[in-house]
Order: sequence, then C-alpha cells, then structure tokens
Amino acid sequence: MGNQRNQFFKVSLLVISLFALGACSSTSETEEEPSSGSESGASSSNSGSASSNAGSSSGQLTQEEIRAQNALRQTVFYFDFDVAEFKPADRETLTYHARDLAANPSKRLRLEGHADERGTREYNLALGERRANGILNYFIVNGAARSQIEVVSYGEERPQQSGQGEQAYSRNRRVEVVTQ
Amino acid sequence: MKLRTFFLLSGIISCFALQSHAELSIQITQGIDNPIPVAVVPFTNESGGPFSQDVAQIVTNDLEQVGEFIALSRSNMLSMPSEEQEVFYRDWRLLAQDYLLIGKINQQPGSQLVQVQYEFFDINREMKLAGEVLTGSVTQLRDIGHTISNVVFEQVTGIPGAFTSQILYIVSEGAGPATTLFRLEKADYDGARPQILLESAEPIMSPSWSPNGQDVAYVSFETDLPRIYIQNIATGQRRQITNYPNINSSPVWSPDGSKLAMVLSKDGSPDIYVQDLNSNELMRVTDHPAIDTEPSWTPDGRHLVFMSDRTGQPQIYQIELGANSYNVERLTYDCFQCAKARFLPDGVNLVHVRRETRQSPTYQISILNIETLRVITLTDTALDESPSLAPNGSMIMYATKFNGRGVLDAVSIDGRVKFRLPSSQGDVREPSWSPFLN
Repeated sequence: MGNQRNQFFKVSLLVISLFALGACSSTSETEEEPSSGSESGASSSNSGSASSNAGSSSGQLTQEEIRAQNALRQTVFYFDFDVAEFKPADRETLTYHARDLAANPSKRLRLEGHADERGTREYNLALGERRANGILNYFIVNGAARSQIEVVSYGEERPQQSGQGEQAYSRNRRVEVVTQ
Repeated sequence: MKLRTFFLLSGIISCFALQSHAELSIQITQGIDNPIPVAVVPFTNESGGPFSQDVAQIVTNDLEQVGEFIALSRSNMLSMPSEEQEVFYRDWRLLAQDYLLIGKINQQPGSQLVQVQYEFFDINREMKLAGEVLTGSVTQLRDIGHTISNVVFEQVTGIPGAFTSQILYIVSEGAGPATTLFRLEKADYDGARPQILLESAEPIMSPSWSPNGQDVAYVSFETDLPRIYIQNIATGQRRQITNYPNINSSPVWSPDGSKLAMVLSKDGSPDIYVQDLNSNELMRVTDHPAIDTEPSWTPDGRHLVFMSDRTGQPQIYQIELGANSYNVERLTYDCFQCAKARFLPDGVNLVHVRRETRQSPTYQISILNIETLRVITLTDTALDESPSLAPNGSMIMYATKFNGRGVLDAVSIDGRVKFRLPSSQGDVREPSWSPFLN
C-alpha cells in the first residue's frame, strides 16, 4: 500500500488503540485516560491486573505501555531474500500486535504480503502469501482469532520502492499490517 | 488473382476500446549474419490517397523485424515497378536482391474502400511467387500490409507469418505506489495501435488469450482480492470466474478452450486446479503443502506442466489430468530455479525461465529439450520473464528491464534474432501472444 495509506493506517491504528484504551480503562476506572495504551494493559500481563495498572493515577505511561504503543506503530515487516519467515528481531513487535488482536476481538486486520521483483510473477504472488501466512499463524498462536485477519498477497505488483538492486528489493520484501 | 475482403471491424472495436496514448515502437536489437535480401518497392497510388499508411514500409518493417530479411534502401532502387510487365529481373539481380515485392493502391472517389494489388517475385528463378488484390477500408491499410508480410514470409521460409497476430500485456504507470494505475492493453504484434481493455487502480495480472482469440482471462485485484475474470475482447463484456478464498491466479485456457487451468490456495497452499467453463465444475490437480503454480497445458491437452518449490526451489513438473496428485513427473534438475514453463507445439521443447545458479541472480528465457536434455538459453538480460510464443512458433515474446523500466522483447526460438518494443512510459510486462486471428 502507498505511503499515504500507510500514514493513514498508522494514524487510525493509534486512534483505534486510544479509543480501545478508553473502553478498557473505563471498566476499571471512571475517568477517561486518553494517553494510556489499552492493548498494553491487556498485553503486559494477563488482562485484569494490567488494566488497573494502566490506569495508575498520574496518567504517565509505564515502560511496558510505551513499548506496546511503539510496537503497534510498526506496521511493515521486512523479509530476507527467498525467506518466508519473519525476522527474529520482529518477534516481540509482532507479539504485541497479536495480543492487541486478542484483547480487541472486534478489531480486523489485513496482512498484505509482498515480494521483490526477482523470480517469476506468479511464484512471487505465492511467496507473498506464504510470508503473510507466517505472520497470520504467529498471531493465531498468540491469541488472535482467524476471523480477525484477512490475508492477501500482491506478489511483486506493488513495490514500495521501484528500481533494481538490494536497496529497493529489501524494501519490497515485506508484509504490511493494515487495520481495517 | 485472388480477392480477399477485410471485415470492417475497426469501427466496432473503437466503440469500446480507448486508444492508448503511448504507442510502442519497435527496435531491432540483434539480427542474423546473412539475412535474405528483399526489395520492397513503394506501392503506387493509382487513384485516391494520399494515405496515412505506407504499405510498403509496413511490410519492410515486418520483414526486417523478424531478422531473416534485409530490405533494399529505396534510394538504391534502379526502377520502381508497380506491376509485373514493368519488372526487369536483371536490374534486381544487379542489386543482389533475392526477392522483389511490388504493388499499387486504388481508391474509388468518395469511397472508404481501397484495393491493394501486390505481386511477389523470385529474382533468381525469374518467376512470380504470389499476387492478389486485397480489399478493405482505408483504415485497414496496416492490416493489409501485415497480410502481405504473411504471404512473403511464408513464400520464403515455408512457415506461416504471424504479422497479423496481436499481443496482450500489462502496463503499470504512476508516480508512487498510491497513484499507480494498471492497464490491460492489446496491440498489434509490433506494439502498434495499442488499445486499453481494462484500467484499474488495483493490480491486473496474467493475461491469457483464449484459443479462438475472442476472449482474455486475467487476474484482477479490483475487489482488493485476486480473482479471475474472462473478458470478450471485441465487446468488452466481462464476467468473474472465481471467488475462492485466498489466491486465485494464473488462468490458462485448455487447447480446446473448454477449461481453465488455474491456481487456488483456498485449501492452504497454492495448488493447480482445472475449472470447466461450461459446468463450472472444479477439479483439483495437485495437492502439496509447497507452492504449485504457473500451470500450462501440453499441446495434446492431456497433461499440465507446472512449477513447484516442493524440493525447496522452483522446478518444473508435469502431471497427467486425472492422475493421482502424487503422480508427478519432475522435468528439470540442472538449474537452481526453473519456472513458468510451457511446451512448444512439438511437445518436446520446453520454454521456461531459468536461474542457473544460486550465485548468479539472473533470470533468462531458455528452452530445454526433455529428450536430449539439451538447454539453449535465448536471452542475456538479467530479469527476463513471462515468455509467450508466437502463433507460428517462430518467436518468443517476453518481459525484461531496460533502463530500469519494464519493456517487451522478442527472440527467435533459435536465439539468433531479437527485437524490442520500447514503450514511451510506464512499466510494460506479461506479454501474451495471440493465436492466429481471422
């Protein structure tokens, strides 16, 4: 998806998480806390204790909440050449996404898989799906419901960066998490 | 002399097909060492005109494009005959010409119809090989030129010419990912007269001609998901063929036009299926957790060739329709990746995209003889893909990159001749060469 759309989704993701936070924290507290992260409450530990933790008096975010918010802001995950598994460095971030889904059953995501232009187009279409499915399965293992996630592969049809060479290719081998 | 009449179809076609603004123009990138010398004399305008198309120039371009011929420069001609009694073989022998084409054009006053008479001679044997009068609309002079090229080509080589065939291809154009437009276009085999068949903000992939030349199957993401559609080329009427979960891709018509091979990942991983277009019955052909894709039919329509990465990297396999899904035959072993394969009409030579080794990340168009296991690599650029065969089997059109943009190239199946259709803008790719069109 385009950068514009990305920006949009990032913003909407933030808005949604703030909104969801309001809903979450309102169960434990009466006041609205626009600045705390709902999914972090749910994810930092098991829901109940976390939400009380999240609302804690001052309105300051805990380290864990900040980490979770930052994690949810990352919506593009890059892959090595010819590799369908996401990078180990992304595991923690993806875990936050999965817990966010688990904590917000009404939330819907689209995982958009992409490949670089090397290799044939129809194989790349399949590779993009394989990459997105890798993240799908990780989300499910970590508590998301299958029905929350749609997977689509664009293969090499929608490069993030045009041009030949590893610089562009490394940007194009990716899965984008798009909030719906 | 034979008389042929061109159907006045062009008016109907232009009703729905928008003329594309960016015409492709051809460029010969590699010819053969000893091309056949042929003189194509400018056709005389006997009445009517002047005409927007130079028929003799269209024939000259056709013949030189396929690399087998070299045309005599007009400025070197000693005479410019327009009919048989004006031909002096000695003049043309002096100029070392093997063949001679002459002709004249007549247009009745106030009429849209033109009559083009041509005659074709063998200089060394001093005999006329062919000649006829072609009748058509003044807007069809290009078609008439290509028809004459077909005759000349067949007279000299014994192989039917494919100059009246057409191509489908995909163009993407736009400043960035968010503004990219995708088009399915149709053009003459040489890229002339491009027409837009479909335009979308979402990707279009894998155009495939029906064997009767009337329909195209393709993948469109217009619903945000890849789905297969069939569109009538003349009327523009289209229908969605598939709506299965996940990937729906790679539609390819069976030789008899009754079925569509395709790839679906509805059951987990991409597998090959065949859908009957009359009954809509779906038959599963392969069943493997790896990726199976890029199906193509063997010439007899009884087997499917496909690509699978079940051994870790793409290799080419074949399966008989109706056989057990595990009963596959592997066809390639000697490449790091072999993909997008289809047989030539002989059923022995397999055109495919080949990456020789892991160390050299280049993809080239190659032909494997599955009996002798001999491999001929036809191209030498780095990112060649989507090979499509001319209806006379003489050339393969494929997509490659030039100056960072997607362009279409064609290469003869012996690798000796190449030509390029550069586009003025956008990324051009996924050529699909038509069958013989009537």
